[in-house]
Amino acid sequence: MNDMTPDGYTTEDGRKIGAVVMEMRNITLRFGGVVAIQDISFDIREGEIRAIIGPNGAGKSSMLNVISGFYHPQEGEVWYKGAKRPTMKPYEVAQQGIARTFQNIALFEGMTVLDNVMTGRIRQMNAGLLSQAIWKGKAEREEVENREVVEKIIDFLEIQHIRKTPVGRLPYGLKKRVELARALAAEPSILLLDEPMAGMNVEEKEDMSRFILDVNDEFGTTIALIEHDMGVVMDLSDRVVVMDYGKKIGDGSPDEVRQNQAVIDAYLGVAHD
Amino acid sequence: MFYREAGDFKTSYTDDSQTFPIKFDRYRYYVVLVVAFAVVPFVINDYWVNAVFLPFLIYAIAAIGLNILVGYCGQVSLGTGGFMAVGAYAVYKLMTSFPEVSIFFHIILAGGITAGVCVLFGLPSLRIKGFYLAVATLAAQFFLVWLFNRVPWFYNYSASGQISAPERTVFGVPVTGAETAPWAAYLFCLVFVVASAIIARNLTRGMAGRKWMAIRDMDIAAEIIGVNPLKAKLSAFAVSGFFVGLSGALFFAVYLGAVEVGEAFGINKSFLVLFMVIIGGLGSIFGSFAGAAFLVLLPVLLKNTLVGGLGWPTDLAAHLEFMIVGGLIIVFLIAEPHGLAQLWRVAKEKLRLWPFPH
Repeated sequence: MNDMTPDGYTTEDGRKIGAVVMEMRNITLRFGGVVAIQDISFDIREGEIRAIIGPNGAGKSSMLNVISGFYHPQEGEVWYKGAKRPTMKPYEVAQQGIARTFQNIALFEGMTVLDNVMTGRIRQMNAGLLSQAIWKGKAEREEVENREVVEKIIDFLEIQHIRKTPVGRLPYGLKKRVELARALAAEPSILLLDEPMAGMNVEEKEDMSRFILDVNDEFGTTIALIEHDMGVVMDLSDRVVVMDYGKKIGDGSPDEVRQNQAVIDAYLGVAHD
Repeated sequence: MFYREAGDFKTSYTDDSQTFPIKFDRYRYYVVLVVAFAVVPFVINDYWVNAVFLPFLIYAIAAIGLNILVGYCGQVSLGTGGFMAVGAYAVYKLMTSFPEVSIFFHIILAGGITAGVCVLFGLPSLRIKGFYLAVATLAAQFFLVWLFNRVPWFYNYSASGQISAPERTVFGVPVTGAETAPWAAYLFCLVFVVASAIIARNLTRGMAGRKWMAIRDMDIAAEIIGVNPLKAKLSAFAVSGFFVGLSGALFFAVYLGAVEVGEAFGINKSFLVLFMVIIGGLGSIFGSFAGAAFLVLLPVLLKNTLVGGLGWPTDLAAHLEFMIVGGLIIVFLIAEPHGLAQLWRVAKEKLRLWPFPH
């Protein structure tokens, strides 16, 4: 990370990271008198795994909600692919290629796994209502083409055996995986993961970490993730933003962050000898 | 034994996403179609058509329409009666204004007009949900009935305030008016029912249906993955309104022939169709048919058993009928809250394994 240039950098494991895709400039978000995010700036570069960490209530999820257009910051600008993003509704942000998963799973419980993942293809499927009504022409073609893509993702995340099962019947770990599949199906430019390992046992965490690394490796997807498990964050991410009480207190490679005194004080507790 | 998916291999995604993936179901569906089109018209008489088949078919369309809105998109509506009235009055105005155009197109157009009205009354759904939306649609129910009662233009200034369907023909055979043969009315409605069911099924298994169900299951998540809630909700109101309008038009033109709006399309109708959807099964096209059949056939069956079979007086039987139907609905909802469609699904699951227990 020493050779940081405007065009990117090379990670320790030799991956090439590209230019800035998304940049948050001086974001401030308030809820009435409560300041959730205070003057935070950072960027996300193409192809990297960017982690946002911080103690409970630091404003991490709020930050993710700002990125996905669910909250609108009072001050500051969001720059996406070299242009300032106007105030947008969440579905417009999604149409731009930003997909996300949720801290508490937000799947469509009454639908099958396949339908859930197919819903992720919403950006790529736009046949008219009439064509869909008679199931001919564009609608039918789209359905088959997108099904092929979705099946690849289902294979990739190893959920073939449950593709026709209603999501409501699945255990927690699998639901998390289905949610990742749905986000991936959108072929996003940036994938936001809100605590992808929350509530998982070690084995499930290992699986999920492998999937995240594979996604980044195979599809070249840019990933921004929030996670509490320090081991996971330090292993997975290329660069880390550290937040505390709505402020940014650290930004850099996992090693840099680990040695940052402010971070140690705020988050990791007492310094280890 | 015969109900198996084993050996019925799917080699394309088109095959896999078809309506009846299991061979036996497919054949059963074809048999039902053949019987409905080629056998039933020859054996039915006036009583069967007017007491059983016409109401069943027409309510099935209304139930499909309401199921799309309530069962698939999760938007509660109590305005079905009012929207059916829109279909009825639209088809009446079209029939009397453009007598040279085929009634077939009038009915489809009436569906389209109802879709528009339904979207208009669906606008509050963008802001409110659940019970509050139900109350908002209830306003539609009362307003529309009031409108058709009070504005004489809608009933062509007739003295009685009623509307009555003039005779119209399809391929030279009358389908409305007093001269209509039972089989003609039956076949005319059947065509609309089959088309509605196929269209509804296609919409609900495709992207439109996924968007609706996404809104139903978790609207915030749906919006964040890219579903435009405005479009999804209003398209559900439009499609639902279209089917409800069709059924209202058929109910007036083919079934009743003459209509007084408060009587035929009152709040009772809204509840009746809603009960059909709930008893049949929310979010199931088959359930719409099952619910309509249940609520149309049960009273007929009870009446025939009590009056015809046991020889009880008609008035006593009529009152008992209300009590028994009401009681059955309650028992039924406690025993199987997901409706007849769920019973059907469970039966099919069991049948797939039969005669083995696992």
